[in-house]
Amino acid sequence: MANKHAESLLEAGRTGPADAGGAPPPTPERRRMRRAGSIAWLYLATFVLGIGLWWLYAALGDNELAPGPPEVIRSFGEGLRNGWLLEHTQASLGRVVAGFLLGVALAIPAGFLMGWYRWARGMVEPWVQFFRTVPPLALIPLVIVFLGIGETAKIFVIFLAAFLSCVIATFQGVRNVDVTFVNAARVLGAGDATIFGRVIVPASMPYIFVGMRVALGSSWATLVASELLAAPTGLGRMMQSAQQFLQTERIVVGIIMIGALGFAMDRLLLVGERRLTSWQEVR
Amino acid sequence: MAPMISIQSVTKVYQSSRGEVTSLDDVSLDVDRGEFVTLVGPSGCGKSTMLNLVAGLLEPTSGRILVDGAPVAGPGPDRGVIFQQYALFPWLTARKNVEFGLRLQGLNKRERRERAQHYLELVGLGRFGSALPKELSGGMKQRCAIARAYAVNPSLLLMDEPFGALDALTRVQMQDDLLATWQQERRTVLFITHDVDEAVYLAGRVVVMSPHPGRISDIVDVPLPYPRTEDMRLSPQFAQIRGRVWRGVHHPSATSTLRGDGA
Repeated sequence: MANKHAESLLEAGRTGPADAGGAPPPTPERRRMRRAGSIAWLYLATFVLGIGLWWLYAALGDNELAPGPPEVIRSFGEGLRNGWLLEHTQASLGRVVAGFLLGVALAIPAGFLMGWYRWARGMVEPWVQFFRTVPPLALIPLVIVFLGIGETAKIFVIFLAAFLSCVIATFQGVRNVDVTFVNAARVLGAGDATIFGRVIVPASMPYIFVGMRVALGSSWATLVASELLAAPTGLGRMMQSAQQFLQTERIVVGIIMIGALGFAMDRLLLVGERRLTSWQEVR
Repeated sequence: MAPMISIQSVTKVYQSSRGEVTSLDDVSLDVDRGEFVTLVGPSGCGKSTMLNLVAGLLEPTSGRILVDGAPVAGPGPDRGVIFQQYALFPWLTARKNVEFGLRLQGLNKRERRERAQHYLELVGLGRFGSALPKELSGGMKQRCAIARAYAVNPSLLLMDEPFGALDALTRVQMQDDLLATWQQERRTVLFITHDVDEAVYLAGRVVVMSPHPGRISDIVDVPLPYPRTEDMRLSPQFAQIRGRVWRGVHHPSATSTLRGDGA
């Protein structure tokens, strides 16, 4: 009896307009892959075009200080051979990773608290909103006063930038959880702890990832500023001294390193995001 | 024996930006064990409010509600709710959705699996346990939500326009499926709809509500036996009952005799 009923349902599933197709349709996946293939070609094309325009400008223009791709590649090789590129990159990467991880690690629980408890929102939000519009660069003199010019001060500035971008996104994520999900959990017998752990956290995951990616961007953006604080090494430091010695090709090397590392770390986050939020209806 | 649901002179007043809105005005209704009752009425008649009150998601301004003889204090797994927007957790597979409530009841993994599979099969989703909600059609999602509500073994099912978002053909199929499921695992059902046809086809008793303020304007018995068939849907007797409900919904003034005492 149960079987017959099930069959009739499946039959209905096949004929009903909204139920078209007995199995989940695999087509969107394939379509997405095809689209991903064509977009990769566009990426390559626009990259080649950009480099070509830059080269053309450097070669035809009479600006001695405008480095072309060959000069930059030469500088890059020299940096690798002499070790200064790796040294500066390591120093910067360490600061960004430390500041970013600390910022995100504090922002996610803070955002959850703000979304869940009124008192937490009331106490934290004014500070967050206030400091959000103040560029970290403007805080540097004060940071020097309180934390000195050591590594702590630099990481703190990056931490602040990461924290402020991520905490807002997490908070928004918790606030935007569909109340129907919460009600659905409650009528199934869920208490507050279960609702938090099994509904609020997964439902706000997409927002948290957006927050983390914005935080990563702010972390790198703040790096150069943080290395104004008498850093002995770091990509920002390297670019500042290159500026003084008119080594413009070295500045381009620094820009490319920061851009490439930021891009790679963002891709890493994107992989995590895809894995944890692939349940989303649209992407 | 006490009725399954006893709504006793319940009034619900909302505070809105334009002042107080009386959503339900002194409404009383008893629903017996095993009954299939539909609530039908235009928007603003307070039918969803009534369901949310019984579910424990809202509290009455005055009056009281008993479920199985005990006053309602917050939501609980004895009252399963099926929402119009399906409310499946999109990050969980169909099976994990059905297991959600079972896990809260402390069932071990094997028991959860078996119960979930049983109810997925009952609604015809036996092969779709590992599908995510986004991979299911609207009708399949709602069937999964019905399986999830059934699985925790509630004595009462509250359905808030569950087929409202489906197209007409799927909707008719879902009505038959729901009645088939209901006849196998008989529970008391309170079903909300704004579709007169649906209200009459499913119910043993149709409660007609009128808006501003929300009141019960008519209660219509449907003496057709279960299982309901297409022939019944097209019969003169059905048309007659349908006509009375239709007039009650669309011309509430004509049936102004207040028959809200229910029992």
